[in-house]
Amino acid sequence: MIKLNNISWMMLVFTFLGGIVLLFILAPIIGMYLNTSFDSFSEAIAEEEVRDSVWLSLWTSMAGTIIFSFFAVPLAFILARKNFPLKNLVNGIIDLPIIIPHSAAGIAVLGILTRDSFLGKGAELFGIKFIGNPAGIIMAMAFVSIPFLINASRDGFAAVPERLEKIALTLGASPIRVFFTVSLPLAWRSVLSGFILMWARGLSEFGAVIIIAYNPKTAPVLIFERFTSYGLKYAVPVSAVFVAVCLVIFVFLRLIKKKG
Amino acid sequence: MLKLENISLTVGNFELKEISFEVKRGDYFVILGLSGVGKSLLLESIAGLIKPTGGRIFLHGEEITNKNIQDRNMSIVYQDTDLFPHMDVFENIAYPLKSRGEEKIKEKIDPITEVLGIMGILKRKPVTLSGGEYQRVSLARSMAAGNDLFLLDEPLASLDSKSKSELRALLRKLNRSGITIIHVTHDYEEAISLANIIGIMENNRLVHVAPPEEIFKHPKSEFVAHFIGTKNFFSGKLKSINNTDLKEFSSSGIKIFCLTDITDGEAFLTIQPEEITISTVSESGSSRNHFAGKIIDIAPAKQGMEITVNIGVDIIVIISKESMIRLNLGIGKEAWINFKASSCKIYN
Repeated sequence: MIKLNNISWMMLVFTFLGGIVLLFILAPIIGMYLNTSFDSFSEAIAEEEVRDSVWLSLWTSMAGTIIFSFFAVPLAFILARKNFPLKNLVNGIIDLPIIIPHSAAGIAVLGILTRDSFLGKGAELFGIKFIGNPAGIIMAMAFVSIPFLINASRDGFAAVPERLEKIALTLGASPIRVFFTVSLPLAWRSVLSGFILMWARGLSEFGAVIIIAYNPKTAPVLIFERFTSYGLKYAVPVSAVFVAVCLVIFVFLRLIKKKG
Repeated sequence: MLKLENISLTVGNFELKEISFEVKRGDYFVILGLSGVGKSLLLESIAGLIKPTGGRIFLHGEEITNKNIQDRNMSIVYQDTDLFPHMDVFENIAYPLKSRGEEKIKEKIDPITEVLGIMGILKRKPVTLSGGEYQRVSLARSMAAGNDLFLLDEPLASLDSKSKSELRALLRKLNRSGITIIHVTHDYEEAISLANIIGIMENNRLVHVAPPEEIFKHPKSEFVAHFIGTKNFFSGKLKSINNTDLKEFSSSGIKIFCLTDITDGEAFLTIQPEEITISTVSESGSSRNHFAGKIIDIAPAKQGMEITVNIGVDIIVIISKESMIRLNLGIGKEAWINFKASSCKIYN
């Protein structure tokens, strides 16, 4: 008889419990593909509306991530390097979008993007409309997903030894050169992680997006519309296509990050 | 060349107080002190990495106390954590040249890598380098920066003895070529072999700055006294006694009579443990100094036994094992110690 010591028993129980969680995550996704015939999957891909919605989701979330990274990464660096009054409050503010319901987040963002708002008026001068427009979708996606980029980047910069940055200064480099040649290259894995997380979170956003732009439809909005108008049978193939695209991209990005 | 005037700094609970010294062009100045005494912080404050809370720093006559790090023109080299890990050796050495927007970088780096003997490792990443190679690359990068003042923080601490002696020779060579060096270490042999001026740091202060021979001939710190084997070392005050040729040295509540022509005031006293006698009854003989105390430790010495007697301060006495047995000395027992006024050495 094999005698297991206490730790082995514990690990066995933990593995069992952990396995249930993995199953909980995988079962619905696998179930979705088992319930989708190849024909309905191909038909969904062939549909222009589906392709457009997936493409819209992909590029708006990527655009939001790229645009806001120019603001988020410098903020993350400041948070990692400087102590200032109310720093905890600032960290709290950054996490706000994570904790508020996303439909409420959409309502809040809508408030600052309407034509009557300062931002809405200003953008209209440049011919940019937010409501019912990709620009609005970008804003909604960025609002709910930006904490992931800021938090991951901040942790990445905090892990870079400050001494290396100071040594670079003693070697005559300007602070901005130190940032681009020392701090950012050493923190890039964390920044990229944050970038991928922000993109993923934006890509899958539904609640805030539908409030600001029902049209043009992002993939999550199209899935919702198919489900409420035609039922589960018509929503599943679109979901399967969208999830497949997301999985391929994220597996690819994780591989790049691991290789780096 | 470099002058510090009453530099004080506070980092967390740690404090450095009123450090002043001057380094001349071409000097090899070693700051010697135990670990944790604040040597590295002092070096970082010179480089501008830490802002002092008081005092002023001058370089070539110009005040640089609040000058930006990148404008100070001095390089700092640490024990083993200062190369950029994501760059190879060549890129590390090229970094200061690229920062200045210089061209023909390879041509400028070649002579430096030749002097430091690192031509064969230019494509390697820092993590693959041995301790000696790592420090050579650090020094090469500092040379490429074109600075003539190097600040070295325990640069030899993590090296094996062969690399250590090679790098010492290299540091002397760099110093002879005109580079002024400030080097902090806890290793007094390193200090003796490299420095033309030594500064001793103790109790958050720079307590003695002098050439090596002076430092070790007339110790003014417990740190140096321990190194040269002086076990009974006290700092205190010296006062003349009317109508006698004796002087009174007081330290930590005890008063010791001594024969010296040193002037009154702050002073240091040493007594060789072999010059002190110990007994179990009160008998001073001709000795002017006679104290009752308690034996707190007994340990074998190189020759004989080392007895530590607490008389208010700890005094170490060395006697033969035979005497120890004859007197039946033991830890916790009362004992009397005697030593002559003439066996006290006084410095100021």
